[in-house]
Amino acid sequence: MNSKRSTEIMVGLFVAAGMAALFVLAMKVSNLGDITDEKGYEVVANFQNIGGLKPRSPVTMAGVRVGRVTSISLDPDTYDAKVTINIYPQYDNIPIDTSASVFTAGLLGEQYISLSPGADDFFLEDGDVIDLTQPAVVLEQVIGQFLYSTAEGE
Amino acid sequence: MIELLRSLGRWGQNTFQRLGRGHLFLVQMLAGIPSSVFRFSLVIQQLFYVGVLSILIILISGLFVGMVLGLQGYNTLVDFGAEESLGVLVSLSLVRELGPVVSALLFAGRAGSALTAEIGLMKSTEQLSGMEMMAVDPMRRIIAPRFLAGLISMPLLAAIFSAVGIFGAFLVGHGLLGVDDGAFWSQMQAKTDWYEDILNGVIKSIVFGFVVTWIALFEGYDASPTSEGVGRATTRTVVHSAFAILGLDFVLTALMFGDV
Repeated sequence: MNSKRSTEIMVGLFVAAGMAALFVLAMKVSNLGDITDEKGYEVVANFQNIGGLKPRSPVTMAGVRVGRVTSISLDPDTYDAKVTINIYPQYDNIPIDTSASVFTAGLLGEQYISLSPGADDFFLEDGDVIDLTQPAVVLEQVIGQFLYSTAEGE
Repeated sequence: MIELLRSLGRWGQNTFQRLGRGHLFLVQMLAGIPSSVFRFSLVIQQLFYVGVLSILIILISGLFVGMVLGLQGYNTLVDFGAEESLGVLVSLSLVRELGPVVSALLFAGRAGSALTAEIGLMKSTEQLSGMEMMAVDPMRRIIAPRFLAGLISMPLLAAIFSAVGIFGAFLVGHGLLGVDDGAFWSQMQAKTDWYEDILNGVIKSIVFGFVVTWIALFEGYDASPTSEGVGRATTRTVVHSAFAILGLDFVLTALMFGDV
């Protein structure tokens, strides 16, 4: 009977260790820890070109993360990319004339949206649209323009 | 010439016969599962033999695989000045591939071969037919609890393997090579996705647990009841499990990660 008890204890420890390992993987290794982003308010920004932006890409202001991209779709009328952004509720004083640009972290890194604040007295609210946007810089276009301009200069 | 054809035909017949028997065995085994759920103490006993006793080898190999990954990854990444990405490299390769695959290979060697030998010996000493004489269904009493135990312990072992491996890589990367620990963890968390990476790894390990335990139990149940037959069956378990794991890994990876 005693050996049965110790067997059961060992099995219990084993299952607990496995669960703990999964928990560590979930919280410490993966981004599940911040998947439960606080639901803030959503604003929309229309970009001419978003490059490699993806849902869940970070949205930053002065380098601080203030939100995430929730969805991306194509506007059927203007053929612009319609990017919906979730901004955390504590950042509720972002001016309404804030501009948004798609930047790349590092030379070849991940793309993110950077917000640079305007000076208006009115603040962004749920459902607002950011009008001032700057499209992503596509490396091939830059190289193409550079080659074109050097060819012209000759 | 005729002889050659005849032996080829015999070989084919035998192969397909075994394949068919294996799947019939699977059906019988799955049918035996409900009754073994109600007698969970049998499953717990098997969990001890299959799972708990495999922990040590999983812990040690996980730690060393992680440490080697950390070392090798660092040496490559430092050339590009990207040694902060060590965490991503280690976590993705462990969680997606090495965790499920290596722990399944170890599991096949440690637990699968033991299962085959045990059941093969039961068969050769006629304990299984003895049970049938007493109207105890060996499928329900012997096979199904072991199958459930293998199915449960494999994902847990793979998770332990990955977690320990990442810890080992952190030890080497941060302690020995001086990678910044904040960058190590934050890059890892930024690039490792719960659904895409970790859950897919767990699904892989469940599939491997299913296949390895099935092969091990079938080989034991199907072994010719001699000491030589049991030995051969044990070898076959390890070899076939390794083939199945590596082949299935490719298929699963293509389904999960590659946009094929």
